[in-house]
Amino acid sequence: MSAPSVDFKKDAERITHDLRQRGLIQTALKKYEVQRNAKTAAYQDWQSARQTAAETKWEAINHLDKYLLEFVEKLEARGTHVHWASTAEQARDIILNIVRQKNAHSIIKSKAMTAEEIHLNDALEKAGFEVVESDLGEYIVQLRHEAPYHIVFPAMHLTRGEISELFERELGSAPTDNPEELTMIARRALRQKYITADVGITGTNFAIAETGMISITENEGNARLTAALPRTMISLLGIEKVLPRLEDLALFLPMLATAGAGQAITCYNSLYGGPRQPGESDGPEDFHVVLLDNKRTHLLADAEQRDALHCIRCGACLNVCPIYRNVGGHTYGTTYQGPIGSVITPHLRNLQTWKHLSMASSLCGACTETCPVKINLHHHLLQNRRNAIAQKPVWWEKIAFKGFAFLMNRPRLFELTKPFARLGQKLHPLIKGTRLDPARVWTKTRELPELAPESFKELWRARR
Amino acid sequence: MSEREKILGRIREALSVPAPVPGSHDHQAPPVLQHRDDDVTRWLPAVGDTPEERVERFRANAIELRADFHFFDTREEAGAKLLEIATAAGWKKVASHRGDLTDGACAALGLPLLRTDEPYDVHALEACDAGITECDALVAQTGTVIVTSRSAGGRALSVLPPHHVVLARREQLVRDLPAAFALLKENYAGNFPSFMSLITGPSRTGDIERILVLGAHGPKKLTILCF
Ligand code: SF4
Repeated sequence: MSAPSVDFKKDAERITHDLRQRGLIQTALKKYEVQRNAKTAAYQDWQSARQTAAETKWEAINHLDKYLLEFVEKLEARGTHVHWASTAEQARDIILNIVRQKNAHSIIKSKAMTAEEIHLNDALEKAGFEVVESDLGEYIVQLRHEAPYHIVFPAMHLTRGEISELFERELGSAPTDNPEELTMIARRALRQKYITADVGITGTNFAIAETGMISITENEGNARLTAALPRTMISLLGIEKVLPRLEDLALFLPMLATAGAGQAITCYNSLYGGPRQPGESDGPEDFHVVLLDNKRTHLLADAEQRDALHCIRCGACLNVCPIYRNVGGHTYGTTYQGPIGSVITPHLRNLQTWKHLSMASSLCGACTETCPVKINLHHHLLQNRRNAIAQKPVWWEKIAFKGFAFLMNRPRLFELTKPFARLGQKLHPLIKGTRLDPARVWTKTRELPELAPESFKELWRARR
Repeated sequence: MSEREKILGRIREALSVPAPVPGSHDHQAPPVLQHRDDDVTRWLPAVGDTPEERVERFRANAIELRADFHFFDTREEAGAKLLEIATAAGWKKVASHRGDLTDGACAALGLPLLRTDEPYDVHALEACDAGITECDALVAQTGTVIVTSRSAGGRALSVLPPHHVVLARREQLVRDLPAAFALLKENYAGNFPSFMSLITGPSRTGDIERILVLGAHGPKKLTILCF
């Protein structure tokens, strides 16, 4: 396996030339943009809503110990088993143990990026359990043995034709190019799975401290079925999901939908506060909540970038990112793609191995501008660059910048470089983009800016 | 030391260094948060003040969401509409729960009835043509129906059958989301049901080329009969 940065470059190059895939992404995201703009415009004051959301998350994250404990106490009081996992491995083991104890045969799962983060499906399958993803997009990428392409739209990179072929091969269905028929094929295939599954695993969008509830947002109803039918329910969540109060959802639910998918509110927003209670007729007998750290406390300790934990995983920053739009989701090689992925992956994994994602940015700031909780994303990319260099300086860059500073501070000396630069620019086309070209990395795909025939200084002198 | 203590320890240690408040470029800014509760109402999409405006807003949302919303003067008319839908769709079996609104309406249908507020067989529910429930509130702002395991016959009734019909009284129509959450808190203070859901339109997906398809896993149809 080669280094992630090498793969990134290779894949980015490939996808930027893949006009079919880029076309698909552009069309999907154009549609998103139109819908999001319309829904944002309906707010009386979207900017103030963002500020309030940012402040609410600030409050939650900066008192995380207090709110987490409140959340856990409330949940436990109503018979929920709460587990704490410092690492991905611990979280996997906790879930495996529950599943083994229950003698489960089949597991139904609704969309959970945290489960992708800890590679839960692999672990469950290796241990001999059948896990079925129930979100349509996730189901499609699972059948393809692929990672989700986008944190909100997992199968955005596929055409209906490809999905039809996939279903034909895997499910034996008749070919069709009608998205509705394709959806119904998946609906039929999954119906029985809900009913027969022993364990349901879900993700979580928000954890409400005040009432001890998890909140799950979805459009399809698959998470609701996952939380209604199996006897055991397991919900996995990162410790940063906490919101202080129930009424905070009045702001966060619509904002998540608007920023993430251009909807006024998502179809189903469901709150779960425990297993089946006395007097209730259905729902799981056992409810387990697994709290995952997995280096989130590492990010928390970086006060400068702590606000990255405010993220509600809406995916808006991916949608507007020129890098994401051109290189696509799989190129990142991370669980979380796009600007937020580039910011947090170095914290969740390793700075030196993942710093290239922070370099791959035009710093246009579209992400920061769109983020519903106002995370300072593009500044964090810069901070990652700074931190990476401070941790592991590059000697030739140091020398180059020293030389540059030396030259720029000596106008007469700088003057002398001009004729050389002009000559160099004349000769450059002969070697442009070839191995002899010292600026090859840049000039392979771009033009060097042309030097003016006369410099400002020369013009000024001539005038006087 | 347990993992719980370890994680809490790391959190506390991390938080010993304060973080800048959102929107401040000054790292020394004191952590004073400005917002008050009524602010949110002023940021979210506007809703008219009169009951008529609320009904119209709900109706407009329902049309956009492809839900069927019917508003009647009397309970009898709502019951008649339910019968009309059942006949037109050829329902053979329905599921519901005990309740002031559901009891009469379901009896008038004269169809085999499965109750989900008592122990029931999931396969039998899956075979029903419709799930008929009451609700906690309707939200004009978003066209949302709020159900809980207590008000709407458990967790599965409003999601497993292919058609979900909601019976509601006009007083249940609240203005916006903040009002809806305030109502839930008031009604269930200290004793929440284990499940509450905000349902907005029939189940949907856009996972294939971002093209909207209704009835992904939940109901393909959502009908709201309000009087
Ligand atoms: S960083 Fe902001 S825009 Fe990006 S996914 Fe998170 S909340 Fe959404």
